[in-house]
Amino acid sequence: MDGLVQLQKQLVDYTASLFHEGFLDDQFNQLQQLQDESNPDFVVEVVTLFFEDAERLLNELTKTLGQPSTDFKKLDAHVHQLKGSSSSIGAHRVHRICISFRNSCEEQNVEGCLKNLQQVTHEYSLVKSKLETLFRMEQQILAAGG
Amino acid sequence: MAAPSSSNWVMESAHDVPHVLAVDDNLIDRKLVEKLLRNSSCKVTTAENGPRALELLGLTSGGQNSMNGRSKVNLVITDYCMPGMTGYELLKKIKESSVMKEVPVVIMSSENIPTRINKCLEEGAQMFILKPLKQSDVKKLTCQLMN
Repeated sequence: MDGLVQLQKQLVDYTASLFHEGFLDDQFNQLQQLQDESNPDFVVEVVTLFFEDAERLLNELTKTLGQPSTDFKKLDAHVHQLKGSSSSIGAHRVHRICISFRNSCEEQNVEGCLKNLQQVTHEYSLVKSKLETLFRMEQQILAAGG
Repeated sequence: MAAPSSSNWVMESAHDVPHVLAVDDNLIDRKLVEKLLRNSSCKVTTAENGPRALELLGLTSGGQNSMNGRSKVNLVITDYCMPGMTGYELLKKIKESSVMKEVPVVIMSSENIPTRINKCLEEGAQMFILKPLKQSDVKKLTCQLMN
């Protein structure tokens, strides 16, 4: 019984830290509120879709920026998608970088875009790792009878 | 969120459950809006672009309502920024049709641009909602639809 309470407290604290550090925002709460008995894995499902979508988009962005002549329209279209998805799941830091990234695209600033790509790739890998940790902790609680 | 127009939204479906057509090119957003609408007791059909939405509404040149009139759409909710046909263009096509022009169309966008919002409202959009969508946005929408 004590072990379970410990785990639950750890989860609450960990989740709070993700919000506090700006990795997640209120939209993530919205997702959690949508989860119910009819859809008990909703959050994991949507976040998994986000991971797949984000990775595809980051690959596309890398490819597009690797071309000899930068197609800024294409770049912007991909960033717009990533901006939308990250906003919808509450991945706050990723969303914020996408806003800067769109500005770089608009200015047709290749250096800026390369920097933004590096930043967004970094932020994405951070939030992915943190969300995976969160989900693992939830699984542990379920396994412990929570 | 922009204020709705004064016209009443008539429930044309034979059933009490509203049937909503949700249009968005983003997979995550489609899944989210679908869940939000289901949580508000709506039947939901999704489409990933304007042309597919028009097809489902029976507004393509074939003229055949692919949902066979059995489950008529009571509300269309569409993203504004979509490649190919935008949500605005979709709105126009729906409002231009004799069959579907009474169906309320709601536009969603991640960008709060007054000229964009006004353009949509002037073209007959019932409401303009800012993304990301929240449960409170959808509850407000469906409450108005049910009256």
